[in-house]
Amino acid sequence: DNVCSGELKFHYTVHTSLDVVEEKISGVGKALADQRELYLGLLYPTEDYKVYGYVTNSKVKFVIVVDSSNTSLRDNEIRSMFRKLHNSFTDVMCNPFYNPGDPIQSKAFDSIVSTMMVQAC
Amino acid sequence: MADDALFEFLHMEIVALVYKEQATREDIDKERVTCVSTLDAMGFRVGQGMIERFTKDCPTFKDDLDLMKFLCKDFWSTIFKKQIDNLRTNHQGTYVLQDNKFALLTQFSSGKQYLEEAPKYLAFSCGLIRGALSNLGLESVVTAEVSLMPSCKFQVVIQKL
Repeated sequence: DNVCSGELKFHYTVHTSLDVVEEKISGVGKALADQRELYLGLLYPTEDYKVYGYVTNSKVKFVIVVDSSNTSLRDNEIRSMFRKLHNSFTDVMCNPFYNPGDPIQSKAFDSIVSTMMVQAC
Repeated sequence: MADDALFEFLHMEIVALVYKEQATREDIDKERVTCVSTLDAMGFRVGQGMIERFTKDCPTFKDDLDLMKFLCKDFWSTIFKKQIDNLRTNHQGTYVLQDNKFALLTQFSSGKQYLEEAPKYLAFSCGLIRGALSNLGLESVVTAEVSLMPSCKFQVVIQKL
């Protein structure tokens, strides 16, 4: 029960963060004309978590949720986590057995994500 | 370089195989699955993967025109070893990409010989463009036209939702 409600909370957090991502990327053309970076930075802080966003040119959105109590993770470390995610995702995309739009089942991708999560804690 | 020839030969064999398989199909199946759509679908999936890899390290595109320019320069030169020679647009979603020496047609002729065979060898590349654009968020219809080899034009019409 506890595990399920924990997961649901994360799903909800990520869902609401997508609205912030949309806001940021639609603002790119107007105000932030020069800053066309893929990394979006801190999307919004809640009491328990900090949520970071990244969007690729192919409109794929990556969201990282970090515990607020983890103050040791710096901005450039988050950036490099996103780069690693992007690189692994590109490899998944180029895998002929992967059908774009399907959930990712690649073990290689999963192991990269797990390793990153372990390193961040 | 020999490695350029690798893909050219592979592509020729793919087209030959697709057409050979079509010839052995029942008539009713022939209507459902055309060779051109098979080749286009192959190019589509390849285009999706390639654009993901090529746009990994570049900043977001300002607008559709910026995106098309990337396609004509970086994308085209990485795949076909040269840029698109001419890009025209009506600024309303239609683009014409002209390649005066298209890599997959150079071995055919430099005039009108074998002109009727050319469309078979352009289907894959049309799919390639369509797949690349699709993954960048633009649905399109891509057709190709050849009147004098090895020059050809790809017409891209962006579908507005």
